Amino acid sequence: MIATNSLQAAAIAVQGAPEIVGADTAWLLTSTALVLLMTPALAFFYGGLVRSKNILNTLMMSFASLGVVGVVWALAGYSLAFAPGNAWIGGLDFVFLRGVGLEAGEWGGFPHLLFMAFQGTFAIITAALISGAVVERMRFGPYLGFIALWTLLVYAPIAHWVWGGGWIGEMGALDFAGGAVVHVNAGVAAVVAALVVGSRKDYGRQAHLPHNVTYVLLGAGLLWFGWFGFNGGSALAADATAALAFVNTLLAPAATLVVWLLLDTFRAGKATAVGAATAIVVGLVSVTPAAGFVGPLSALAIGAIAAFPSYYAILYRSRSRLDDSLDVFAAHGTGGIVGAMLTGVFAQAAWGGTDGLLFGAPGLVLVQLIGIAAPAAYSGAATFLLLKAIARITPLRKHVREEGVGLDIVLHGEEGYARGEGAVLVLSEQPVRPARRPVPIPEHPAREIA
Amino acid sequence: MRLIIAIVRPEALGDVLEALFRADIRGLTVSSVQGHGGEMEQVETYRGMTVKMELHDKIRIEIGVSEPFVDRTVQAILSSARTGEVGDGKIFVLPVEKVYRIRSGEEDAEAVTPQDPGLTEILAGLTRDS
Repeated sequence: MIATNSLQAAAIAVQGAPEIVGADTAWLLTSTALVLLMTPALAFFYGGLVRSKNILNTLMMSFASLGVVGVVWALAGYSLAFAPGNAWIGGLDFVFLRGVGLEAGEWGGFPHLLFMAFQGTFAIITAALISGAVVERMRFGPYLGFIALWTLLVYAPIAHWVWGGGWIGEMGALDFAGGAVVHVNAGVAAVVAALVVGSRKDYGRQAHLPHNVTYVLLGAGLLWFGWFGFNGGSALAADATAALAFVNTLLAPAATLVVWLLLDTFRAGKATAVGAATAIVVGLVSVTPAAGFVGPLSALAIGAIAAFPSYYAILYRSRSRLDDSLDVFAAHGTGGIVGAMLTGVFAQAAWGGTDGLLFGAPGLVLVQLIGIAAPAAYSGAATFLLLKAIARITPLRKHVREEGVGLDIVLHGEEGYARGEGAVLVLSEQPVRPARRPVPIPEHPAREIA
Repeated sequence: MRLIIAIVRPEALGDVLEALFRADIRGLTVSSVQGHGGEMEQVETYRGMTVKMELHDKIRIEIGVSEPFVDRTVQAILSSARTGEVGDGKIFVLPVEKVYRIRSGEEDAEAVTPQDPGLTEILAGLTRDS
């Protein structure tokens, strides 16, 4: 047996192909499922924060990403991000998953196809994150077109720059699980989307309150759970680095949560539940670029420090004219920027990174800054052009009156909390289409109004 | 005194409250109701089951006012709740025989929206406290 194994190993060594490792494959399978769960979790985090008349539309913006971005990623997005290419974009070798098979690839000891799926779950949630900036007003069709094209034109190139052999990765910037690729990218795109689509009709004049804070906490909890796969899986092996990333994913949000609740208490006298849920997300975002490069005490420090800029960014944003409705930038953009910069401060060769500012190598901070600024600039510009192009073809938002009625009924023909009273079953085979203009029904049989 | 009952669209409530407060109408009760005012049925589909929703969500606002406030209350609601489409709602103005304020035992005009606009701010403060 031993002789045979070493013969196989020798044969593989000659061919230069890595071997499939059972443990690594098992962990990446698990991680892929964990990261996939983050998108439904995000749906509920966002869904609880909107008004009840828009709950289904908000959930659907995330759930639809599972479909649209999942398909786009498999057909072309993966290739543009990870196929051999130049410093700026991947090639077309993996389009339609050609050559993406069950043998282990250059990424590690697991099937190449599994790596495609793991990365696909990242693309899905990144697109879904942007929806938080345009909820309660954007039309569904243009949104779907936007996230499909955005995945190809914005996400895939930036993923290539950092992870796919592009120039930011070559430069030595550290982004363990996607601080720049996922969070700064989505955060900047969200601000641009909020500006191009415009504010909700009564924004700044009437309060738009969360309709179900319990969903917000449920979503935050499930995001945390899924994030163990997001960060832990990004080690791409079942090894010590995965354990470090996993533990840091536990510690950083814990520190953010404590600091956030203290900030809430000192500012307003009460620790809030929406604040706690937001803190968890901010902590998770901030440790994402650092997870496998910093020690556990550094992770606590990163989480604690990251609470401050995001906390005050949310306070500032909610008093501003910018209707980034669910604070995608304050949570993901700010958290991602702070996390990536602090990675440059706290990274440690002893824990698997390259030494940062605190460990005698101040140059890393500058590299990290470029690693944030370039994706942010590209994401902002490309998102702006993409949305403006879609707006030339079709309006991005519904009429104000339909916005008032609520997008669940107008866009989806369903209610999140239908009571069913007064519903009359339509027995015709053809779906009934509502008339374009309301038709008054004179002499309608009188009904008792409850 | 009059009891004014208004049935309005849920999405108009914010504008109606704003208009009422601007008109110094501070005491009111709001409830969620369902009803039908002759508007188009709303069609919904759940897994192939198509239904017409004959009852629509509405908001019912009840306001007890003294005579000088009746007209401005009605005008405030009319101007803020109107979209021009069927389904904007109704306003009913009813005579009231007797009103008591439970906290103080005041009766009738004393117990509803203040008659002297100068007292509005003070009384609004008292109403919030009680």
